[in-house]
Amino acid sequence: MTARAERLRSLGVVRSGWLVRITVLLIVAVWTIPSLGLLVNSFRSSVDSSSTGWWTSLLSPISTQWTLDNYNRVLTSGGLFDAFINSLIVTIPATIIPITLAAFAAFGFAWLKFRGRSLMFGVLVGLIVVPLQLSLVPLLKIYQSTELTGSFLGIWLAHTGFGLPLAVFLLYNFISQLPQDIFESAYIDGATPFTAFTRLVLPLSVPALASFAIFQFLWVWNDFLVALVFLGTSSDVAVLTIELASIVGSRGEAFHLLTAAAFVSMLIPLIVFLSLQRFFVRGLLAGSVKG
Amino acid sequence: MSKRWLIATMVAFSLIVAACGGDTGATTTTGGTDTTEAPTTTAEGDTTTTGEGGESTGYEHLDQALAGDFDGSTVEIWAQWLPESSEAANFTHTLEPFTEATGITVNFQPTPDYETALQVAVDGGNAPDLAQIAQPGKMHQYADAGSLVALSDWLNTDKLAAEMVPAFYELGTYNDTLYGVYYKADVKSIVWYPVQGFADAGYEVPTTWDELVALSDQIIADGNGNPWCISIESQEADGWVATDWMEDILLRTAPPEIYNQWITHEIPFNHPEVLEAADYMSQIWFTDDYAYGGNTYINATWIGETQDPMFAEDGPQCWMQKQAAWIGGFWGANRDALADDPNLPSDQWPIKPETDVDFFYFPQIEEEFGTPVLGAADMFVMYNDRPEVRALLEWLATPEAAEGWIERGGFLSTLTTVPEDWYVYPNNQLSTMVADATTLGFDASDLMPAEVGVGSFWSGMVDWVAANGEGTEEVFQEIEDSWPTG
Amino acid sequence: MTEAVQRLNPAPSGPRILRALLLVGVVVAALWVGLRVLRDPNVFSALGPTLSKLGQALVAIVLGVGGIWGLFYAGNVIIESLPGRAAGILRPYLFVIPAVAVVGLYLIYPTVGTVVESFTDVPEGDGPLTNYGQAFTNRDVLIALRNNAIWLLIAPAASVVIGLVFAALADRVRHEATAKSFVFMPLAVSFVGASVIWRFMYAWKPPGQPQIGVLNALWVGAGGVLVNLGLLEEVEPVAWLQHIPWNTLALIAIMVWLQVGFAMVILSAAIKGVPTELTEAARIDGASELQAFFRITVPSIRGSILTVYTTISIAVLKVFDIIFVTTGGNLDTSVVAVRMYQEMFRFRNFGQATTMAVILLIAVLPIMIVNIRNLRRQGVGA
Repeated sequence: MTARAERLRSLGVVRSGWLVRITVLLIVAVWTIPSLGLLVNSFRSSVDSSSTGWWTSLLSPISTQWTLDNYNRVLTSGGLFDAFINSLIVTIPATIIPITLAAFAAFGFAWLKFRGRSLMFGVLVGLIVVPLQLSLVPLLKIYQSTELTGSFLGIWLAHTGFGLPLAVFLLYNFISQLPQDIFESAYIDGATPFTAFTRLVLPLSVPALASFAIFQFLWVWNDFLVALVFLGTSSDVAVLTIELASIVGSRGEAFHLLTAAAFVSMLIPLIVFLSLQRFFVRGLLAGSVKG
Repeated sequence: MSKRWLIATMVAFSLIVAACGGDTGATTTTGGTDTTEAPTTTAEGDTTTTGEGGESTGYEHLDQALAGDFDGSTVEIWAQWLPESSEAANFTHTLEPFTEATGITVNFQPTPDYETALQVAVDGGNAPDLAQIAQPGKMHQYADAGSLVALSDWLNTDKLAAEMVPAFYELGTYNDTLYGVYYKADVKSIVWYPVQGFADAGYEVPTTWDELVALSDQIIADGNGNPWCISIESQEADGWVATDWMEDILLRTAPPEIYNQWITHEIPFNHPEVLEAADYMSQIWFTDDYAYGGNTYINATWIGETQDPMFAEDGPQCWMQKQAAWIGGFWGANRDALADDPNLPSDQWPIKPETDVDFFYFPQIEEEFGTPVLGAADMFVMYNDRPEVRALLEWLATPEAAEGWIERGGFLSTLTTVPEDWYVYPNNQLSTMVADATTLGFDASDLMPAEVGVGSFWSGMVDWVAANGEGTEEVFQEIEDSWPTG
Repeated sequence: MTEAVQRLNPAPSGPRILRALLLVGVVVAALWVGLRVLRDPNVFSALGPTLSKLGQALVAIVLGVGGIWGLFYAGNVIIESLPGRAAGILRPYLFVIPAVAVVGLYLIYPTVGTVVESFTDVPEGDGPLTNYGQAFTNRDVLIALRNNAIWLLIAPAASVVIGLVFAALADRVRHEATAKSFVFMPLAVSFVGASVIWRFMYAWKPPGQPQIGVLNALWVGAGGVLVNLGLLEEVEPVAWLQHIPWNTLALIAIMVWLQVGFAMVILSAAIKGVPTELTEAARIDGASELQAFFRITVPSIRGSILTVYTTISIAVLKVFDIIFVTTGGNLDTSVVAVRMYQEMFRFRNFGQATTMAVILLIAVLPIMIVNIRNLRRQGVGA
């Protein structure tokens, strides 16, 4: 046991008391049960789902009529592979680009002096509240005249535009709280703001960047409306949400099929989250000030 | 928004409709002399041969297309039918002969989130060539915005008027210009019941309102559950089922003039005749034990599952549902069967129409108002004017455009030139029902201004159900108050 | 700082500038080629459909990710090759302008148009405030506003509190990552998926029928026990989504369910950023676990808490899908965003639709002001 752990032990800090564990378990259970219901129902027929509770199938698994039909319908729909790849094509850049722009901007607003700083920041961040339905028609008109409709570049830019205010807001909150002395020592050592940004700020901001990356990824991956309007439904650009909506309806009209579709779509975001978990490690800040 | 033409046509054309029930085959509008020998009525469809100097279809651009003039071009057409649904599959199937005969590629885009997608596309300058629209009100909105191509400029409207049920032709016009070609019709005045269940219990199909009520009482007295399966929950479209009931009843309890004036707001929304219709509706919806599960069930159950209790293991728990024919695909196990294969023909469904579940005409209420039929329909409108687009639209106005769909079931045409023997159950009976109707009413909520028709009328009905039918006058007054001024 | 950098920057020279321009040219050319390739799906057709699609994906990702960095790098090279004074003035804008430009087009331009339209889209001869007058005298709009207020009062606070508690507790549990994944999972589900999930939670079946909704199963089950014990006369399932006013709370619960994951992720990262030396020092001084948490940890992450609260508040103000897809805004559950949708897409009443949007914009201002002030007060460097 490390020295630190020993010291904690002696202070009576139990690493995970039973009360803590019970509470965590309770919250996890309450949070998971709704989704569990969906998962179980995705393996049942529509008639079963609407006549008996899903837990009854769990309690008597042998006598239940499990079925793979829902998944079959969703997975064998012809365009699914292409739609999946299209989603990746759209989502990855539409996550990286806004984060990049936002990180640069957040750093600029937080640590550089220039004219119009407060105003620009205020306006930029205040736009978080704009509901994006308002932008659809004016932007589509512009896209039409610049032939961006149905192009990947067009939708990357659209998602960037819509996601930037929140991104800047979140990253600013983090970057502005970095200790001032690390910059001072860096500049004394001859760094330009650009190198200070790339060599210092970015590595230190990884938790914040990772946090926002997850949310932006999810938002874009699950987005339907922006893809529908700016990208379209033709098979060479249709993303997963569009493809699934064409099977089950965008508002869940055939929602007995949606159960399977929802889980198919959920897989990738979960993988992204789990793989980015390791960036949330304690002590990232400590010990990396001089770098 | 003046709909005086409705008044003129509604009653008058009933005679016309009766005359074109298919047996006589003669449509009676002026200038219709070419319809009796119109090549489009032959089942073999010899108009689809590529132009060897064949007979003209009567439509200029279609003739050119058939002669191969537009070979290689593309037309984009949107509809709200879900891409994996049987409607989309059937529409695709029915379009095939067109492409074969003309070489024009038809890019059919069934579009989810239709309400938003179409509007944004049109407003943003990215409109499709043709689009399906269910509500005349929507067509008016687009026409007012100048987005639609005026069809009367180039279409042979005389021919179309002669070959289409006049009410539908008229509904496609706005400000004396034709904007929409009606294509697919829906009949709403039917009630589904379990065949075997009725036979076992000795129930007879009611033909009058009093018999209907008596049957309902009988079912309760026999301890056979509740007579009616009713529910209206459909997510963001909550309430439209209730509006259909109101309209169907109003057609039976008041003269057609009242119905039309109600739509055009020449009488207030809560006119006494309308309130009287509401009372009839309350009789079925809110009498104790009539509706399965009571008013909570009505508001809380999704419309696809309304009829499930009819198929309960130990016999029907509710016995009648008033709903258009599309409901067949949602009966219990049919949902799963069709999820597996949307092209499954209805004689292979687990719960079969006609043999397992049949329908009867929603009965007459007051004899003097005869046997009206409530319906709705889909039309196609045009956004982009090109010759090949014109050709496709003209083709959609011919029976050939309906043939492929009709033979698969689930399609009722708006044309009078479709041969009766093309139809299968239930549309063969439905087209007769339409033909015999003393009045054909178009879905009123589709004709009213949107703030009411898809706004306060819907939500008002939901509120009324939540109150279990209490406060009828307040509910209808509120809807009346919400009618847009000017 | 500026002078220090100026002193350290080498003076510009011909070769430097030339190299800079060359680099920029290469980047732009690469981008142009990449975009053309992306547009044309036939480029890879020789590889067969699957590989072709994957090839397209590869180009897209490299282009999208590398492109933006290439542009920034090129921009920086240009600026550094300029004379010190010019470089000093222009440099901050390199950082900021790209973001501002994109947002300017995608958000500012439509928003300005929206605000203007809310004043100008009025019937002939009416004043500019007509739409607002109409909105504030419309009973449905007032109900929506009231609901937004209720949402704002409950949802953000609940999400932050639960998120904070969970983040703190999960921090000390062995299978932390797993536990957090479960709470995070709702975020991975799309809004439509969430609405289907909660349909099954809130589902109602008539009394006497087996309940298929979790809540009603528990309600009827627990009630049944009480009835058997003679404490209750009877128990009936509740139509949670139809029952006014509990339906609004039921919908808020869905939002909280979704947002706790967000709060948890941010606050968890923040908590981990608090140096352990601080809390250990407090413990050594005799503070209990809880005291250490509330007196040391929480104040240290005050900024993050406020950030999360603000972000969720804004999301709550904009909430649309959850309500629209479950109740359609009926039965007194509507909110401003639902009204906006109806006005825009159903009634085509753009004057009213834009008015709803402006109301939302105004409602968020106080939240933003408080938040920005707080961030400033924490001290901004340079």
